[in-house]
Amino acid sequence: MEGITKTFPGVRALDGVDLDVAPGEVHCLLGQNGAGKSTLIKVLAGAHQPDDGRITWNGEPVRLRSPSAAVRLGIATIYQELDLVEGLSVAENVHLGHEPTTAGFVRTRAAHDTTTALLKRLGHPEIDPARRVGELSAAQRQIVSMARALSHDVRLIVMDEPSAALDPDEVANLFRIVADLTADGVAVVYISHRLEEIRRIGDRVTVLKDGRAVARGLPAAATPTREVVALMTGRDVPYVFPDRPAAPPAAEPVLRVQGLARKGEFEALDLELRPGEIVGLAGLVGSGRSEILETVYGARRPTAGRVLVDGRPLRPGSVPAAVRAGLGLAPEERKAQGLLLLESVTRNVSVSSLARFSRAGWIDRTAERDTARTATRALSLRPDHPDARVRTLSGGNQQKAVLARWLLRGCRVLLLDEPTRGVDVGARAELYAVIRRLADDGLAVLLVSSEVPEVLGLADRVLVLREGRVVHEAPARDLDEHRVLDLVMEGSPTA
Amino acid sequence: MTLTTPAEAPARDGRRRALGLRADVRNLSLLGVLAALVAVGGLTRPAEFLAGSNLQLVLTQASVIGVVTVGMTFVITSGGIDLSVGAIVALASVWATTLATQEFGFAGILFTAVAVGLGCGLVNGVLVAYGGMVPFIATLAMLASARGLALQITDGRTQIVTVPSVLDLGVPDAYVLGIPPLVLVFAAVTAAGWLLLNRTTFGRRTIAVGGNPEAARLAGIDVRRQRLLLYLLSGLCCGIAAFLLIVLAGSGQNTNGNLYELDAIAAAIIGGTLLSGGRGTIVGSVLGVLVFTTITNIFALNNLQSDVQQIAKGAIIVAAVLVQRRTVRDSEA
Repeated sequence: MEGITKTFPGVRALDGVDLDVAPGEVHCLLGQNGAGKSTLIKVLAGAHQPDDGRITWNGEPVRLRSPSAAVRLGIATIYQELDLVEGLSVAENVHLGHEPTTAGFVRTRAAHDTTTALLKRLGHPEIDPARRVGELSAAQRQIVSMARALSHDVRLIVMDEPSAALDPDEVANLFRIVADLTADGVAVVYISHRLEEIRRIGDRVTVLKDGRAVARGLPAAATPTREVVALMTGRDVPYVFPDRPAAPPAAEPVLRVQGLARKGEFEALDLELRPGEIVGLAGLVGSGRSEILETVYGARRPTAGRVLVDGRPLRPGSVPAAVRAGLGLAPEERKAQGLLLLESVTRNVSVSSLARFSRAGWIDRTAERDTARTATRALSLRPDHPDARVRTLSGGNQQKAVLARWLLRGCRVLLLDEPTRGVDVGARAELYAVIRRLADDGLAVLLVSSEVPEVLGLADRVLVLREGRVVHEAPARDLDEHRVLDLVMEGSPTA
Repeated sequence: MTLTTPAEAPARDGRRRALGLRADVRNLSLLGVLAALVAVGGLTRPAEFLAGSNLQLVLTQASVIGVVTVGMTFVITSGGIDLSVGAIVALASVWATTLATQEFGFAGILFTAVAVGLGCGLVNGVLVAYGGMVPFIATLAMLASARGLALQITDGRTQIVTVPSVLDLGVPDAYVLGIPPLVLVFAAVTAAGWLLLNRTTFGRRTIAVGGNPEAARLAGIDVRRQRLLLYLLSGLCCGIAAFLLIVLAGSGQNTNGNLYELDAIAAAIIGGTLLSGGRGTIVGSVLGVLVFTTITNIFALNNLQSDVQQIAKGAIIVAAVLVQRRTVRDSEA
């Protein structure tokens, strides 16, 4: 792959990335969230069409117009979010799209036999080809995905964080499979956050950062960790973070979280949040960050512990109660969870404060527009047009619409989940300034971000999470990115 | 950063949309269809079609299904569906016309019809909102049960209404300035529905729940309570429609309201309400009802069979939705 470029509205996801993979090699892709790894492998899988660049396959230039075109060439991809049909059996999933047939009828027997053979080869003969995929564990599904990839005549397998859902002994099995594949001359592109895994099975490493390949083909075993982390974190685009207040706020905590837990997601969490303070939660995907925010907010019901606002406990599992108490959430998936995409900016901003402009259920629409506009202007939302469809706004301005909603509501504790996801680098600094200003005006902010520099730059205090547990807590100024990355990655299962 | 209403005069850039002109553009195609139908009716049967009595008849016939459609529009706007409306109308109409109920006269009949409608709506709402049932299934179950109960009550017999004050509402003497009282009720329900959807927090929440239920929930809206209220509203409309039907027919029958669910859904959809939720228009729904009722009327006047009528209805549904998709795409591109 040479010079692959892919632009999404407002974001340049890939900027001239080169990648070369040799037969029988394990080529690792490293990079922080948002560095462009997923986009790159989707281009390789034919799921995204690059805006620019060339793909060469065995010396021939090719165009991958669709996922099936990639599969025909022998490129199979195992995605992080497994793409299996839960209602179908293991064998049906493995052969999905290329069922063995006779005159249009699926030869079930043959499908089962080949599936059994594949599962055996993968070291999991205990999985019954006739079982529904919905009944399988996450690790077993991973194996089924892999069996599906191998059911084609593959020359290149792309694995996106295949070990994320696996236990240590299953990871060992995964490594054995990868070794078998490469011995047969199959090339593997392996994506993982876990450096030690890469060191064990990788041959070469390509590091992506902000859509660019900052290092290509480094020897996986010989390159020191420090160098890799430096490559992942070093930035061309400096983030401008607003100044912190000189003295930490001394007020009584507005939000207290006591022993909050959700089985299987995160363990007993204690947290205090004062007005004017920004507290950051740092951790990898799957460390329980978003789950914590949503549980504090009442969108998920905790299995233990409680949340207090001004010393009064919130009714667990009730969003309306949390909102009444002064909590507000800017959710992770802005479009799916935050916005009414068919509606105008005004209506998106006013939706949580309707009682404020209405008497006996009757909405005073002039007051609604005017106050909503005051809120959007306070955040410099562009365009300054209350009737603009929220769908037409840029990511940063959509986020401001969500923030304006809570500003208008008079919320006192703001929960921000990935506030700059899908926001252009240039617009981030403005969003950071807005968040800090809200805090300076007395809001308490709980921030979750997978971008470590963002948490460190914006928050006053940082809690580092690993696998649902707080492993470290410190003022942001006492931490640096390397230290946090060490904390979130160390002790992973294969270490 | 405290917020106060600004002293400055509010900008008026949204006035055009505030007046609802934008929505009307979408309804233009439907008005066109209606105008074309009137032209066809006027050309084929000039004397009968344009007569005042025929106009009264068309509007009266539109009233019953029209009231049901207003309730249905709310449910569909919220992303739900109510398949039980026809059955609820049937059950309410027979329950309100039993001999025992008729002893209580006008008020007894009206109260029973509305109470039965609300009761059925409550069951639908609880099943959907708090029982976690898919609306399609919950209201399908209600459809079957309510029809069955209606048959059980009547034993298949027509229950003649003998309360004069009820029957009097249907005769020309009761017309106000030439408008039948049933049509006045329809107009009042339409106006109330429009205000409720477009001017109140209830309407705003309905649209939010339909447009993005997860976002509505995370914005602090009690989505389940809203859903419950919406099915109650649909039940209420069915109860009112049942009363209108009793006045119109002078009787209660378990076969009343047959296939109303399909007519109401079709009218709402061709009117411009999104089946997936998040957008609804009462004006469009009423236009949809008028289009269907006018077709029926023209076909009846021309002595055409109902088979041809059904085919024409189907063709209009397809055409209207195709035209709308284009208009929507153009206006939002």
